[in-house]
Amino acid sequence: MVGLRTLVVQCTDWSITAAGVSPQVPAAVFHANRVTATSPAAREHGVALHQRRREAQSRCPSLLVIAGDPARDARAFEPIVASLDALTPRVEITRPGEVAFPTRGPSRFFGGDEGLVSRTHAIVSEVLGERGRARVGVADGIFAATLAAEIARWTAVVPVGGTPAFLAPLPAATLDRPELVDVLGRLGVGTLGALAALPERDLLARFGKPGQAAWRLAAGLDERPPALGPPPADLTVSTVLDPPADTVAPAAFLARGLAEELHDRLWRRGSACTRVVIGAETEHGEHLERVWRAEGILTAAAIADRLRWQLDGWLQGSARHRPTSGISRLWLTPEEIVPAGGPQLGFWGSDIATVDRASRAVARVQGLLGMESVAVPEWRGSRDPATQVVLVSAAAVDLTAARPEAHRDRVVGPWPGRLPTPSPAWVHGDPPGAEVVDAAGDVVLVSGRGALSAPPWRVSVAGGPWAEVLHWAGPWPLEEWGWDTARRRRRARLQVVTTDGQARLFALELGRWRVEATYD
Amino acid sequence: MLLGMGSEAVPSTLAELTERIRPVTLTAERRLPVLPAFATLLPGAGLRRGATVSVGSAVGVGGGTSLALALVAEASQTGCWVAAVGLASLGFVAADEMGVALERLVVVTAPTRDAWGGVVAALIDGFDLIILPADRVGARPAEARRLAARARERGVVLLLVGVGWPEGADLQLEVSRARWEGLDNGHGHLRARKVRIIRGGRGEAASPRRADFWLPGPDGKVQEVALAPVRSLRSLR
Repeated sequence: MVGLRTLVVQCTDWSITAAGVSPQVPAAVFHANRVTATSPAAREHGVALHQRRREAQSRCPSLLVIAGDPARDARAFEPIVASLDALTPRVEITRPGEVAFPTRGPSRFFGGDEGLVSRTHAIVSEVLGERGRARVGVADGIFAATLAAEIARWTAVVPVGGTPAFLAPLPAATLDRPELVDVLGRLGVGTLGALAALPERDLLARFGKPGQAAWRLAAGLDERPPALGPPPADLTVSTVLDPPADTVAPAAFLARGLAEELHDRLWRRGSACTRVVIGAETEHGEHLERVWRAEGILTAAAIADRLRWQLDGWLQGSARHRPTSGISRLWLTPEEIVPAGGPQLGFWGSDIATVDRASRAVARVQGLLGMESVAVPEWRGSRDPATQVVLVSAAAVDLTAARPEAHRDRVVGPWPGRLPTPSPAWVHGDPPGAEVVDAAGDVVLVSGRGALSAPPWRVSVAGGPWAEVLHWAGPWPLEEWGWDTARRRRRARLQVVTTDGQARLFALELGRWRVEATYD
Repeated sequence: MLLGMGSEAVPSTLAELTERIRPVTLTAERRLPVLPAFATLLPGAGLRRGATVSVGSAVGVGGGTSLALALVAEASQTGCWVAAVGLASLGFVAADEMGVALERLVVVTAPTRDAWGGVVAALIDGFDLIILPADRVGARPAEARRLAARARERGVVLLLVGVGWPEGADLQLEVSRARWEGLDNGHGHLRARKVRIIRGGRGEAASPRRADFWLPGPDGKVQEVALAPVRSLRSLR
């Protein structure tokens, strides 16, 4: 079954355009401190995707930094989608900046694929004006059509039946599956053509469902075998808004519940949806509908996001596109449903809903106490328990992504002088002063050769009462930054257990004792 | 009677019936898992969701913080998110050694006196376990009660480190004795700690219990100390 002939429109660098920045300005959009989109001018300076902000700014000091905002991208995209309504009623939004629709009807009407493509390009370019550029591609199946659009300068039409030949020379990396592509590369399968030449059964046997899906894409077929029929009608969920909403906030409040209801209803049947129709009815009886599709499965949170973005696009658009009255009813209809598989779980096996919940709570606390108030631990190579794990502001990391920095195995290499395990449960950021004296009442000192002047007898922390030493070990000399006179530190550490059962780590530096850590 | 009903009413009736005959959630399912070592110490071998748990140590003994970390370790490993508020000098290396998954740990700086309630309430909505110093929040009994009620409703475990919580916590754990091993006048290093933990509380935890644990043991693991083992059978002959 050859993929459904599809047209894909891509607005290049959409996040930049949506932010209202001209392509001539070096600008980049950031999410969690990483570049997610760049303007052509920024690329000329060497700014690339996934770079850290500091690196991007060092490549291009005049770089305009824009905070990522999917809602803004979606809102700005609505007029473009609306302009395509003149061509076909079935426009599907893949993501803000990219739409697709089947060409069968409109192609015949506009005199073939070429005619449709140039017409589509003209319409989108007119709406975009000077703000950005659009590319259009047509091929059998959405995967090939997207690639055709990506490769095209303006437009590209892959002839009917020519999709496998068009895909064959492309690198396998165009499949958005890094793990699979990596393995295939090591097996000598470097292009989509080489992948398509393998027997489908073998890929299914060796790599399971993802392998089969990759083969289908490479062979120019649809990713999944087509559904046997449209999903049953009773899966639509809807809600009535009373009073009707003409701002986003009250409607967005309902979005979450509606999305979860749909997701639950599908989940109970063992299904999930990959394409959803978002519909709304206004007080004046206007009927608004948009189709959103996803490459994978739409989770409850993903559906809620799309619903909110769409409402944003409808209600905050220009006066010409806006409905004339408030929205009184909202509904969600799954258009394409598939058996629910495993991909609901995050990369490292956690439930996405829990991460979402935690990130929302983090955002709220950041609102209450300031952005820097919430931090997450990350491993660093170091000798000090205080700097072996450092706290990094949660605003700079993406909690929903896998974070290798949070794993101990990230630290490689030996760090001689590191404390033996178990590690102290309290590490004092501002170590309190202490006194360590010997039986004669003199302060215990450590010689240049690392020998104690006398065994410690009793200790006092921060001017507190004396406590007698029960056991002790040390001194462990520690010299850091020996090559840098300004940062050079010499310390000697002592583990001490006092008669009351408390264990502490004392450190002598420049003739003064401090409590570095407590084994609470 | 049934035959008289419209056919479209049947599916909804069935759905209703399914809801009604569904078994109620068992108490055991509403527990967060703990390390196997704590199975006999804690009622139901877990931390009941929605409970307040106070963890402390007798004056001058220490060990409360390590115990708190050990309590959250298993739940954190199995996917629960943990928030620590006002505990910036926590030893994260020690937390990792105890088994806490650092990628699901979030640290919040100590809020000002007035903001504590709001911050903890916001965290209760998003996290499964919240560790906080008992004396800071407990300064206002009304606030403490409100937070405990909210945690109970949302099924979140509040872990209070230290003393000062005005209400009696649902589960109270105290380290009453601690002995370190491994030091020998100048030689060796801290290796293992034997602690005695006394359990008290309300409801299912009301009957007191105590047990000895390695926190941690020489192998770095938390384990219940077995009863004094028989050293050798030969001596009995």
